[in-house]
Amino acid sequence: MSHHLVSVRDLRFAYPDGTPALDGVTFTLHHGEAVGLVGGNGAGKSTLLLHLAGVLRASSGEVRVGDWPVTPGTLREVRRSLGLVFQDPDDQLFMPTVEDDVAFGPRQLGLPEPEVEARVADALARVGATHLRRRPPHRLSGGEKRAAAIAAVLAMGPSVLVLDEPSSNLDPASRRALIAQLCAFEHTKIVASHDLDLVLDVCRRVLVLSGGKVVADGPSHEVLSDDELLAAARLERPLRLQACPRCGT
Amino acid sequence: MSPVESALAHLGALDDLAARDTPAARLDARVKALATVAFVVVVASFGRGDALRLLPLAAWPIALGALGDVPWRPVLLRLVLASPFALGVAAFEPLLDRAPALAVGGLTVSAGAVAFATILLKFALALSAALVLVATTGFDAVCAGLERLGTPRLLVAQLLLLYRYLFVLAEEAGRMVRAHALRSPDRPRPTARVAATLLGQLLVRTLARAERVHAAMRCRGFDGTMRLVRQTRLSRADLAFAAATALLLAGCRLVHLPAAFARLLTP
Repeated sequence: MSHHLVSVRDLRFAYPDGTPALDGVTFTLHHGEAVGLVGGNGAGKSTLLLHLAGVLRASSGEVRVGDWPVTPGTLREVRRSLGLVFQDPDDQLFMPTVEDDVAFGPRQLGLPEPEVEARVADALARVGATHLRRRPPHRLSGGEKRAAAIAAVLAMGPSVLVLDEPSSNLDPASRRALIAQLCAFEHTKIVASHDLDLVLDVCRRVLVLSGGKVVADGPSHEVLSDDELLAAARLERPLRLQACPRCGT
Repeated sequence: MSPVESALAHLGALDDLAARDTPAARLDARVKALATVAFVVVVASFGRGDALRLLPLAAWPIALGALGDVPWRPVLLRLVLASPFALGVAAFEPLLDRAPALAVGGLTVSAGAVAFATILLKFALALSAALVLVATTGFDAVCAGLERLGTPRLLVAQLLLLYRYLFVLAEEAGRMVRAHALRSPDRPRPTARVAATLLGQLLVRTLARAERVHAAMRCRGFDGTMRLVRQTRLSRADLAFAAATALLLAGCRLVHLPAAFARLLTP
């Protein structure tokens, strides 16, 4: 297996209506790394994630996941090793029960039923959702839906976990539980989020995307305390790195 | 709660009933689905003057409902909710066909009135059978049963996705109508013009969602089949249920039960 787990080289993409979205994105990810992908609205975060999973095809440039270049012929292998958790769990939970949904990926991979069952039980336990097994997704709360969506991707056994705005619409307790789970996963992770405190908790490295370009790539603490850079990318310091509003230190 | 939302809550409630452990819920989904189809076919096979002969068939949904401990109120409520369709079809029968058909006591009943009753009975029987099927089996198990019976997989996938996203779509529509009502206090109901815009908007949102759902499915290896695994094996109870259903349907179809019953009573 190659040394770089995910590598993106000079990726360019424009939507069919001509709106440019990615303008020469380049970065590499190593095994076990957790990287935060941050940037303002419309910076190209979600578009980039869709390229990693091969949902969108770049106009030029290359994406590699593990040993595979992402092309129409390698999608099966790519999607086995890279799991994408969508921003809206309702887009992702399409089966009649949580159990069926988590089992969907493993069954598509053609795994034998005892193995599918083991994966479902393990994935649900990891996100603390074992009790939701037989519930229909439309009757779950926002936090429960998110947990189920993450379990559905974990059950595929990916080595790279890609999450798009994982903490959106979560209450503080669910968000905290999510952060603890993300930190516990041994996977290589890419987390796209506006929740910069979450990024600071989960990721040691941060990529800042602005206008379809990577404008900064470095250790989270350094990048997320560079006020000038953050302001230019329509961001601000995470609350945890801001001065205390009462005592000013 | 808006009417749409409460209707959806009712729909979900029927599914919840199926999650309980009852004798009817333990029956194989394939057997129940097939029995329901056979029941509906037999109900539909009767002619317009056969209202009386349809009556004994009511035993089937009543028996299955009793086995599944299905409360009658929600089933009857749904029958009433859907009845305007049947009433619309049947409404003109009594006016069009006034020929006398039978005399009960001193009253003559016209053929049109009998046809009217037949249509309503057929409707009530077929729909209550389907409702009791869902309330004792659950929609996903019905689909899994249909698939194992050889229903085209594409159709099963369509049914499953339809059921899943019915709720999402209705909630989306509900939110749009509410958003409109809150900013239009004088006229909370959308005018035809506004409704057209809302509908168009809903269509666009639905298409966008369909695209995202499809991407999510492909990301998890979707290849055209939704694999639902429900471990089932035919038990003795299944065979007994199938035999009882076959006996009832054959009896109602081949023998004029009400007439036979009347002959028994008259010396």
